[in-house]
Amino acid sequence: MKEELSRKGAELAKKQISFSASSAPLRETVFSFLGQCLTIAQKDLRAEWRTKEALNASLAFSTVILILFSFALDPNPEMMQEFSGGLLWLVFLFAGALVLNRSFAREMQNDCLDALLASPVPPSGLFLGKTLANYALLMTLEFICLAEFGILFNVRWLANVGPLMLVMALGTWGMTVVGTVFSALTVNLRLREVMLPVLVYPMMVPVMMAAMILTTDLLAGTALGPGNMLWVRVLVGFDVIFTLLGVSLIDTVLVG
Amino acid sequence: MNALEIDAVWKYFGDFPALRDIGFTVQSGSVVALLGRNGAGKTTLLRIMAGLAKPSKGSVKINGNEVREESTRRRIGVLGHGISLYDELTATENLVLFGKLYGLDDAAKHAHQWLERTGLERVRDGLVREFSRGMRQRLAVARTFIHNPEVLLFDEPFTSLDDRAIAVLQSLINEAKSRGCTIVMSTHQLREAIELATHIVLIRKGELAYAGERRQEMLDDPTWLYRTFEGESVS
Repeated sequence: MKEELSRKGAELAKKQISFSASSAPLRETVFSFLGQCLTIAQKDLRAEWRTKEALNASLAFSTVILILFSFALDPNPEMMQEFSGGLLWLVFLFAGALVLNRSFAREMQNDCLDALLASPVPPSGLFLGKTLANYALLMTLEFICLAEFGILFNVRWLANVGPLMLVMALGTWGMTVVGTVFSALTVNLRLREVMLPVLVYPMMVPVMMAAMILTTDLLAGTALGPGNMLWVRVLVGFDVIFTLLGVSLIDTVLVG
Repeated sequence: MNALEIDAVWKYFGDFPALRDIGFTVQSGSVVALLGRNGAGKTTLLRIMAGLAKPSKGSVKINGNEVREESTRRRIGVLGHGISLYDELTATENLVLFGKLYGLDDAAKHAHQWLERTGLERVRDGLVREFSRGMRQRLAVARTFIHNPEVLLFDEPFTSLDDRAIAVLQSLINEAKSRGCTIVMSTHQLREAIELATHIVLIRKGELAYAGERRQEMLDDPTWLYRTFEGESVS
């Protein structure tokens, strides 16, 4: 019995050693990949921080839309319950297109995209790095818009802030992933500023629908529950599917 | 050993065949001058060699591996028409960025070494958008060499370079040659290219017109190549 136990122990130890030996290169590969993604994201954010060209334009645009809507619509509480989510996500969508348009367009200056594609960074790493940078920029933009929205329309969004952040995080990721893929696809087009929204908006209908309905519910005081959980699943499903599609298709989009 | 194997490469842009059945091999340590008139297909072929475009048919291998493999790209240095540098980043930030992407252990140290070598140490914290044309070109050269590539692909490397950048690039090419690097450069500067090259590849309207060793006739008269092979294809 003792011998059998020690034999099993030795076998287990052997298995663990072989597992750790085979997982070490995998872990190294994963860390290296994540490092490359973060390097790309950091580069994009640093470049944007220096110029602020996308962020300034999108912030100015979103502020103007919100101000105009606050004059155009009578923000009584009942009405607000009906259109708050739709209004907010339309602002995010239109202003977000300005950020997404710049994503790969930035790489065309001085043929920087060629240097990135010639480097050992896999196109999926390039894509995820750019998506992360766009995500950070869009989330920043959305937080500012949300604060402006609360002031201009007298909406107390802090009541359901946790679930609202979750919906914003999921909805924005879906918007960013699709936008980044199409930003790469339209980068060589002369009319890319026009083509990107034309191509991207129809693709974003499911994520926008889910995000709008959930945001309207949350701003009206309805918590996340069985009644609206379907839309959370739509958001998660959309995010997963389009992230995988983006990662697998980006090589074809960028290199052909 | 073959550093480069170009096998029956075709490239179509729509219905137009920009490259037609191009095939040749380049031995390790060779310096190849890729010659041809404007629109012959030199840049298209170089882009395929660099993995920036895929051939419609055929294959390109570097050291026996596919170009798009990560390990292969780690060994290639590409200097194209553009400088491939970010105007909003400083000289150091640009080099550190590419050093990190190529997996260099101490990217910052390598960046400073290359800034010194290219005479840009003084402006290392300056934004690239504030640089003169010559400084930007020298920084582009530093970016190309920072990861110590084994195969160098240059697309008209001396075009529009200033004297200092030409001197820097020439010394680095000579050094790479002595280290046994394989160099492929497309150029219109016939005499300089032929003097530097060990092998010549001539492309004419997307087809291979000549691929082989440099001959004495080419050195004696650089136009001999065009006069002899531009009208006929080589078996």
